[in-house]
Amino acid sequence: MADINKIMCFCGCGLGTSLIMEMNTQTTLKEFGVDGVEVVHSTIDDVIPGAADLFVCANDMLHIAEKAGRAIGIKNMLDMEEYKEKLGEIFGR
Amino acid sequence: MEALQFIKELLSTPAIFIGIIALIGLLLQRKDAQTVVKGTIKSILGFVILNAGAAVIQQAIIPFGDLFQISFNIHGVVPNNEAITSLGLTQYAIETSSIFAIGMIMNIILARFSKLKYIFLSGHHSLYMSCLIAIILKSAGMEGWMLIATGSLLLGLCMCVFPAIMQPTMRKITGNDTLALGHFGTCCYWLSAQIGKLMSKIGDPEKAKTTEDVNFPKSVSFLRDNSISISIIMFICYFVVAIIANFGANSGEAAAIFKGSNWFLYATLQSITFAAGIYIVLAGVRMLIAEIVPAFKGISEKVVPNAKPALDCPTVFPFAPNAVLIGFLSSFVGGIVGLAVLALLGQTGLAVAIILPGAVAHFFCGATAGVCGNARGGLKGCIAGAFVHGIAITLLAAALLPVLGDLGFANTTFADTDFCVVGIVFGNIAKLVSSTGLFVIVIVLFLLPIAYNYTIGRKTGKKESK
Repeated sequence: MADINKIMCFCGCGLGTSLIMEMNTQTTLKEFGVDGVEVVHSTIDDVIPGAADLFVCANDMLHIAEKAGRAIGIKNMLDMEEYKEKLGEIFGR
Repeated sequence: MEALQFIKELLSTPAIFIGIIALIGLLLQRKDAQTVVKGTIKSILGFVILNAGAAVIQQAIIPFGDLFQISFNIHGVVPNNEAITSLGLTQYAIETSSIFAIGMIMNIILARFSKLKYIFLSGHHSLYMSCLIAIILKSAGMEGWMLIATGSLLLGLCMCVFPAIMQPTMRKITGNDTLALGHFGTCCYWLSAQIGKLMSKIGDPEKAKTTEDVNFPKSVSFLRDNSISISIIMFICYFVVAIIANFGANSGEAAAIFKGSNWFLYATLQSITFAAGIYIVLAGVRMLIAEIVPAFKGISEKVVPNAKPALDCPTVFPFAPNAVLIGFLSSFVGGIVGLAVLALLGQTGLAVAIILPGAVAHFFCGATAGVCGNARGGLKGCIAGAFVHGIAITLLAAALLPVLGDLGFANTTFADTDFCVVGIVFGNIAKLVSSTGLFVIVIVLFLLPIAYNYTIGRKTGKKESK
C-alpha cells in the first residue's frame, strides 16, 4: 500500500458531491479490505499540499487537485467500477 | 412543574432540538454508543457554527444594504441560499428542522408508493428548502402541527418531482439512466434544455458545435473556489455602492456607516467578511448534514431498492467541463441584464428591490444550466440557455421577496429557481386560502402521484411489460 493514511474528497462547496464521493470511497476501501485510512470530505479551499495523502474529486477539478498532491478524478459519481479501477491502481488491487 | 418547564425549554431551544432529532435518528438505526454520542454532538455543533456564521454575514450585509439605500434610494439584495437560510434558521429553527426531518420520510414514502422513484440526497438543499417553506407558511399565518405537516408533505413532493422533471435531460447528459439531479434549480435547467432544443433547430445541425469542441481557457476555473468568487463579486458590489455613497449627496450618512475608516478599505474588508461568513455557515451545514445523508441513503436503499439517487449539481460538471465555465459567464451576464431591467422597473416604481448577481447561484446553477443547454443544443444552446437562466433567477428572486414576510426585507434572499418558484406559488396560494385550505391542497398534490400509480399508471405499466 502506497503510504496513504488520509483521503480527502472535495468539491466546490464541500456539501453534496464530496459527501457522496466519501461514502463511495469508503465502500470501495472496505471491499478492498483496506483498514485504517481516514476519509474526509471538504471544500476546495481546504485542498492544500499536505492536507491529505490522496485527493478525490470530479474529473473537471482534477487539475486543481494535482497541484496539491496525488489525486484521482471521477467522471460518474455513482459508478462503483470507476472507483474500484482508479483507487485499485493506487492501492495495488 | 419545574420539570415540565425544563422539557418545554429543552424542546424550544433550537440547537438542542436538532440534537434530539439526531439522537432519535441514530438510536433508531441502532448505532453503537460512540457513534450516537459523536453524531448528536456534531449536529448541535453544526447548528451553533451555522448561527455564528449568520452573525458574521449580518455584520457584513446590513451596512451594504444601508449604503445601497443611500446611493440608489432603493432596496439592494444579494441572493445567497446559505446567507438567507442562516438568518431564517435563527428565527424558525424548530419549524425548519421538523420539516427537514419529516420531509425526508415523506420523500421515501412518495418514492415507495408512486412512480417518482427518486431519493433526494443533497441534504443541504433539502435544509434550505425546509427553511424557505417554514418562512412562507409562517408568514402566511400558519402555526403548529399543521405548519409542520403541510411543510413536510410539500418538501417530500419537491424532493421527488423536481428530479423527475430533469430525468430526460439527465439521460442525455450522462448517457445512462442511473444518475438523477437533486438540486433545486430545476425549473431553469429544464428551461435551458428547452432553449437548447430550439437552438439545435437553427442552422445546420451537421456543423453545430458543442462546448467541448471549442478551446476555452482554463484560467477562469479559479472562480470555482467559492470563497474567492464570492469575495471578488461582493467586492465589486461593495466598491460601487461605497464610492457612490462616499462622494454622493448623502456622504454624511455614509461616513456614519464607515465609522471613520477609509471607504475603500471598508469595502474591501466587508466583502471578504461576507465571504468568511458564508465559509463558516458552509462548515456548519457540512457538519449538520454529514451524519444525516448517509443514514437517509441507507434507510432509503432498504425501503425503496429501485430508486435513483438524486445528487448535487456538480455531478454533471465532469460531463462537459467547458459548458460549466461558459454557462457561468453567460448566466452572470444574464444576471446583469436582469439587474438593469429591475433598475428600470424601479424607476417607474414597479420594482421595490434590486437583485444583485450572487456569485454562488450564477456559478453552480448557471453552470448546470449551461451543461443542460449544451446537451440539447451544443454551444449555442449553452450560451442562450445559461443567459436566460441568469435573467430568470434575478427576476424570480425579486418576485419572491413579498412572500418572505420580515425576511423579505433582509439584504439577502434565496437564489436558486426552485426556491423562488415554490415560494412564489405556495406563498401566494397561502395568502388566498385559509391554512386548512392550503393543508388540503398540499395533501391532494402529495397523493396524486400515488393515486396515479395505483390506477391509470398500473394499467399502462402492464401494457408496457407486455
